[in-house]
Amino acid sequence: MALSELLILIVITLSLRFGLGLRPRARGLILMLASILAIFWLQPTTPVRFLDFWLPVATLFITIGSWLLTAEPDQKRSHANLVTLALVTVTVLLIALTRYLGLADLLGGIRPPQFGQVVIGTAILLAFSWLVARLSSSKKFWLIGGIIFLLVLFVILKTPIMALAGSIVLRGLVGQSLASASPLDIRWLGFSYVAFRLIHTLRDRMSGRMPQVSLQDYLTYVIFYPAFSAGPIDRLPRFIKDLQQPLILFSPQLGDAFYRLAVGIFKKFALADSLALLALNSQNAAQLESIGFSWLMVYAYAFLIYFDFSGYTDIAIGLGQLLGITLPENFNRPYLKTNLTQFWNNWHITLTQWFRAYFFNPFTRSLRSKYRALSVGWIVLITQLSTMVLIGLWHGVSWNFVLWGLWHGLGLFINNRFSDWVKPRLSSLKMQPRTQRGLDVLNTVLTFHFVALGWIWFALPSVPLSLGVFARLFGLAG
Amino acid sequence: MIDFKFFRNVILKALLLFILLNAVLLALPTESNARQLSLYNHLAPGRERFPFGETPQQAYNFSLYNLEAMFASHELSAKKHDSNVRRIYVLGDSSVWGTLLRTEETLAGQLNALDLRCGQDQLQFFNLGYPTISLTKDLMLLQRALETEPAADAVLWLTTLEAFPLDKQLASPLVANNLQQIKSLKTQYNLPLDLPVGNDSLWQRSLWGRRRVIADWIRLQLYAIPYAATGIDQIYPDFTPAAWDLEADESFYQFNPPEMARDRLFYQALPAARDMLASVPLLVINEPIMISGGANSDVRYNFFYPRWAYDQYRRDLEDVTAEHDIALVDAWDWVDARQFTNSAIHLTPEGEQLFAERLSTEVRKMLCDP
Repeated sequence: MALSELLILIVITLSLRFGLGLRPRARGLILMLASILAIFWLQPTTPVRFLDFWLPVATLFITIGSWLLTAEPDQKRSHANLVTLALVTVTVLLIALTRYLGLADLLGGIRPPQFGQVVIGTAILLAFSWLVARLSSSKKFWLIGGIIFLLVLFVILKTPIMALAGSIVLRGLVGQSLASASPLDIRWLGFSYVAFRLIHTLRDRMSGRMPQVSLQDYLTYVIFYPAFSAGPIDRLPRFIKDLQQPLILFSPQLGDAFYRLAVGIFKKFALADSLALLALNSQNAAQLESIGFSWLMVYAYAFLIYFDFSGYTDIAIGLGQLLGITLPENFNRPYLKTNLTQFWNNWHITLTQWFRAYFFNPFTRSLRSKYRALSVGWIVLITQLSTMVLIGLWHGVSWNFVLWGLWHGLGLFINNRFSDWVKPRLSSLKMQPRTQRGLDVLNTVLTFHFVALGWIWFALPSVPLSLGVFARLFGLAG
Repeated sequence: MIDFKFFRNVILKALLLFILLNAVLLALPTESNARQLSLYNHLAPGRERFPFGETPQQAYNFSLYNLEAMFASHELSAKKHDSNVRRIYVLGDSSVWGTLLRTEETLAGQLNALDLRCGQDQLQFFNLGYPTISLTKDLMLLQRALETEPAADAVLWLTTLEAFPLDKQLASPLVANNLQQIKSLKTQYNLPLDLPVGNDSLWQRSLWGRRRVIADWIRLQLYAIPYAATGIDQIYPDFTPAAWDLEADESFYQFNPPEMARDRLFYQALPAARDMLASVPLLVINEPIMISGGANSDVRYNFFYPRWAYDQYRRDLEDVTAEHDIALVDAWDWVDARQFTNSAIHLTPEGEQLFAERLSTEVRKMLCDP
């Protein structure tokens, strides 16, 4: 997102705050409608014709489908929820009409298709939603089906060859040249985070922990625009609690919001964008000659990714605060932590918590109960490796992300085993505070370097290129 | 309860800080001969040629117009003093800067590779070329270069007819953005240049007015790291070869045969450089051009020059340099037409090497056999 777009978003959000202050009862509705408009506005244009219109529509109807799977039958039939569904449909149709009113530029670069096509497409999606509502129940079968659907979609989008096939199919549908198809054609803004939120609600519904919420609140939670494209991944019960709190127009939260926005803008647009000029990337990785400056470029990448991502989080939290929603923190000085476990407890916190809740913990419990003979060490190794590889694959299905996951999985395993081994030995030493501080500094430096070197896998597109950078850094390149 | 006092104080403090910062900037001179802060020549090695380029993210290089920042990033500004080294500045346009050439393939690079010596002294060549064609731009860079320490021991000034028309002297963006320097040159050497009115208002000197200069300076420093890590300062795309078949057009700018009016060409730049350099040896070199053998080559030498105009220029150049006692090497036909790349003045690495080898004899003659 460009700085100018962000400033527009801040002004709109501030106006919304005052609007919400004047009409507290309509808060949920206004936030939902604003979020719907925002996901169309934020959606990048796509080379495949009209896809930039249909992707936000798909986000909306997948969310509606997910709500239908989690809702009780009486909720599905309630008047309020039907009104919400009608409002969403009308909003989509109105957005489609911007094509004829010369207002398409108001919604960014997207170009809606002809109105007739939108009516037919929306009718098909509504019919599909109706079928889901009629046939489904909140039984495990349907909920698992919903999760599998989301995962399949996710794998298609993140696997280059499948994304390419998807692009070819879509291009064929709209009669565009198949020769120019590319895996990058399907730029579905925010889908990764939407999928996380939806899987969270489906999974919690299975375990009976999900509160019953209206379609309006559910939609607002899933597509809440400050956190739509880059998180944080909030939890539904916490989000709804904030949504139901009254919004006080002039409160310390307003000052906090501006502080977070200012910090976020500085991190993203001053620090991260500057570091991007010198950070390691796929182009310069193959050109490196100097060892010392290569290290500097790896450090630059480590700080680039931190300032970029934590800057976006600050902006999301600031925008959320303007609207009276306190989104969860995602970063807590991760590079100052003394070991890798602590690093992961403080880096992209909501993602790690999600994986811990929905994969790591259940998987660990399952291994412990099914394979009682398996030692603790093996269980730690298997669960850490699989969790981190999955987190890697979430970023994209490629060998480099697998290796990045393995790097951290192994690091966490070694850290876990080493901590267990060293703790009793160190406690008997009764170290001086100064020695302890020195050891902490050393551990922090080591942890930072482990993470920074791990970013080489993450930043580059291929294994040989990454190995070349490692060789250069350690003076092994010719 | 709304704490308006708090919001008022925040706004007042922000305003005060903004005014103070601008006041500091307004108080600072906009151009300073003091060495500018730079990562180059300190943390990172100095650049072997001036920053220039349109593809910063690929070339780790870009065009900026702040002369001080440009010089501070150049290896010329490195604090090195070796009494056994003679510093020779090589001045000129893109053919000297080295379009499509790596730094070691440029004229300065090839001359350095020849490891030329005068007795015990090694000759070190510095590439001060800049890819726009204007004698005024060259004079401005020369004047600034002469302020660096240690002093220059000689200057090679490569030029061509395209750099002479008076009407295009200020067309180079580097010149257009440094009119203060040009004004001083004009006054000092009584140059026939028509300068537009400069804009040195308070607004231009404020933080807002100088935002481009500040942003460019920061970008230049940031690119020091990838430049130092990779040694890359230019990309080398596929190019269209210089035109071989030519239009049957005899005009050159506003000039038509049989004669170019000398007063519309900037020959005054040559004695100005002579005066500027005082006792420092100056060698003016009429740089090699591609001599086409294609269609209409009886009318034009190449895309740039009709034969009549270029021939007259060579005669005039010889007259003017002789008149002002300036050494001249007319290298116009030294390089075979096949050794040019995308322009009638850009040489291939091999062409540049041949040129450097032949030129080295003239250079040694001027510097070593006084």
